[in-house]
Amino acid sequence: MTIVFFLTRLMPGEPFTNPKLTPQVIENMTKYYGFDKPLIVQYFQYLGNLLHGDFGFSMKYTNKTVNYIIGQTFPFSADLGIRALCLAISFGLVLGILAARKRGTKIDFFCVIIAIIGTSIPDFIMGALLQYFFGIKWGLLPVALYKGFEYTILPATALAFYTLASVSRIMRASMLEVTSQDYIKTARSKGLSEARITVKHQIRNAIMPVMTILGPTVASVLTGTFVIEAIFAIPGMGKYYVESVNNNDYSMILGMTVFYGIFLVTANLIVDILYGVADPRVRIGKK
Amino acid sequence: MADKKDTILELKNVVYSFKTYGGEVKAVRDVSFDVRAGEVLGIVGESGCGKSVTAQCILRLNPEPPGFFEGGEIIYKGEDILKMDNKAIRKIRGGEIGFVFQDPMTSLNPTMKVGKQIMEVFVGREGHTKEEIKQKALEIMKLVGISDTEKRFNQYPHELSGGMKQRIMIAIALVSRPSVIICDEPTTSLDVTIEAQILELLLELRETLGTSIIMITHDLGVIAKICDRVVVMYGGKIVEKGTAREIYYETAHPYTSGLMHSIARLETNRGEKLHPIEGTPPDLFAPPVGCPFAARCDYCMDVCNKLPPEEYKLSDEHMTRCWLQHEMAPDTEFKRTKGEAK
Repeated sequence: MTIVFFLTRLMPGEPFTNPKLTPQVIENMTKYYGFDKPLIVQYFQYLGNLLHGDFGFSMKYTNKTVNYIIGQTFPFSADLGIRALCLAISFGLVLGILAARKRGTKIDFFCVIIAIIGTSIPDFIMGALLQYFFGIKWGLLPVALYKGFEYTILPATALAFYTLASVSRIMRASMLEVTSQDYIKTARSKGLSEARITVKHQIRNAIMPVMTILGPTVASVLTGTFVIEAIFAIPGMGKYYVESVNNNDYSMILGMTVFYGIFLVTANLIVDILYGVADPRVRIGKK
Repeated sequence: MADKKDTILELKNVVYSFKTYGGEVKAVRDVSFDVRAGEVLGIVGESGCGKSVTAQCILRLNPEPPGFFEGGEIIYKGEDILKMDNKAIRKIRGGEIGFVFQDPMTSLNPTMKVGKQIMEVFVGREGHTKEEIKQKALEIMKLVGISDTEKRFNQYPHELSGGMKQRIMIAIALVSRPSVIICDEPTTSLDVTIEAQILELLLELRETLGTSIIMITHDLGVIAKICDRVVVMYGGKIVEKGTAREIYYETAHPYTSGLMHSIARLETNRGEKLHPIEGTPPDLFAPPVGCPFAARCDYCMDVCNKLPPEEYKLSDEHMTRCWLQHEMAPDTEFKRTKGEAK
C-alpha cells in the first residue's frame, strides 16, 4: 500500500487537468485535498483515515467517496465472480477427474482440448465469441448489461473459462500423480471398487495443488475484471480501477488497491485454512 | 512343519509380461508353486527377479495395461483367478487374500484416519453392521500389537511411527481373516529391531489365525527365521524350490549358494571379504536362451548358454533347474541326483 501511495504521486500529471478550471480553482482544490502539504504528512494523514475505514473522496467523481463507489460496484463484480468461480471449480474438477480416470480415451482428449482453448484464448476474444454466437447469431441470451439471471450466463462463462481450464489441467495432472501412489495400490488390494477409490482416496489427495492456485484467482475474479466488464457493459469495479489510473485519481487507486489487497489476503487465508481441512498433516497444535 | 496339508493357492506355469516402448519385458516366466494351509512360503531373489510381480499377479494388482498374462493358471480354492471378472476378484482381494506392501510410509492414505482405512476392507461386503466392523477393527489392532487402540483408531498415518504403520498395514490385510496373506518385503524399510518384532508378530498370527503367509524378501535371514518352504527366483524363473532345510543344507543351485555366501555373518573374520555374486541380473527384454544365471555362474558349462535347464526333482519338495544335475555333468557340491530329469 505504501508503495502504491508513493508510486501514484510519482506518476506524471495532475488529477485536475480539465482546461475549464481556472488556476484559482485548482489552487483551492489542491489546498482542499491537502496536496500542498509535504508528501510524508499526506501519507500519515491518509493512514490515519484508513484506520477509520475512510478511503477519502474520489477526485474524478468529486461528490462520491471511494467507499461509496466500491459499495456500488463491488456487488456486481462479486456476483459475477462467484458465478464464474462456481462454474470454473465444479466443471474444472469434474473434467480433470474424468480426464484422469479415462486417460488416453476420447474423453481425456476432449478435456485436454478444453484446457488448451481455455488457457490460450484471451478472455476478450472468448467474450466476443460467446456474444457473437449465443447473443447475436442464435439469439439465445442477451448480449450485454446485467439485469437478471440470463444476463449473467455469458459473462460468467467467459470469465470462468480460463480458471476452469487451469483447474482441470492441474486436477488431471495431480490425479494421475496420485494414481501411481502406493496407497492407491493398498486401496485396490482391499478390494474396493474403482469408483470408491477415486472418491475416497484420490480426490482428497489430488485437490491440494488446485487449492493453491485458487487463492489469488478468487481474489482477482471477485474484484472484477476490466475486460469482461467492459465487453458486457457490467457496472463492476474493474472499470473504475482502470479509469482511476488514467485519471490520476489518487484516492481511488489507493482505495481499490487496498481493497483488492485485503481481499487477496483473506482469500489466501481461507485457502490455508481449507488446506488444514483437506490434509491432516498441515494441522498443528490440536491434541 | 507343513507336511502335505491342503493346497489353498496354486500357481501353474504363470507367464506375465509388460508391454513397454522398448519392447516386451518378460517379468515372470513359467512360475509354478503352491501354498498350503497354515504354512509360510518364502520367495527369495534379488531386485528385479520378478518376485514382487509374481506376488501382485496373484491379486492381479499389476497395472494392466501395460502388464498382461501370457499364460498359466492361478487356482485359488479350486477357481482360476485369471478367469474371474472384476467383481469376483474384488471379493478375493482383502476378503480371501490380504496384501502387505513393502513401504508402510507411503502405503497408507495420508488423509484418512487409520481406523477408517482398516474398516474400509468391509465396504461392499455384506453381513456386518458398522458397529461390528469397528469392533473387528479395534480387535485386530490389538492383535497386531497396537496399544491404546481407541486413540490410534482416530489418528492419521503421519502421527504413527514406521513400525506402527506396518502393523496397521498388517491389520488391514488381516481384518477380514483371509486364508492367505502376501507380504511383499514387509520389513525392508524398517530397522532391525522392528523387523524382528514384525516377523514375530506374523508367526504369532499364523498360529492364532491359521493364515498362510507368502513372504517375499531378498533377505535369506528372514527366510531362515520364519519360512517352511522356499522358492528361489532368478530372472523371472524359479531356479530352486524346496523346504527351508533343503534349501539351506542341500543347496542344489549355484545361485542359491551365491545368495547365501553374500550374507555377512557374525563369524565372518575381520578382513575376510564377502563373496558377492559378480555381474548383474539378465536383461528381461531379451532373456538369455539358456539358463538365466549362466553369465554369472562359476560352474557355467557350454550347455547352460544354449538350452534352458530341465527341472530336476530331488525329493518330494525339492526341485531345481540346473544342468549341474544332469548325469553327464561333472561332480560338484551341487549334484544331488543320479541325473534323471522329472
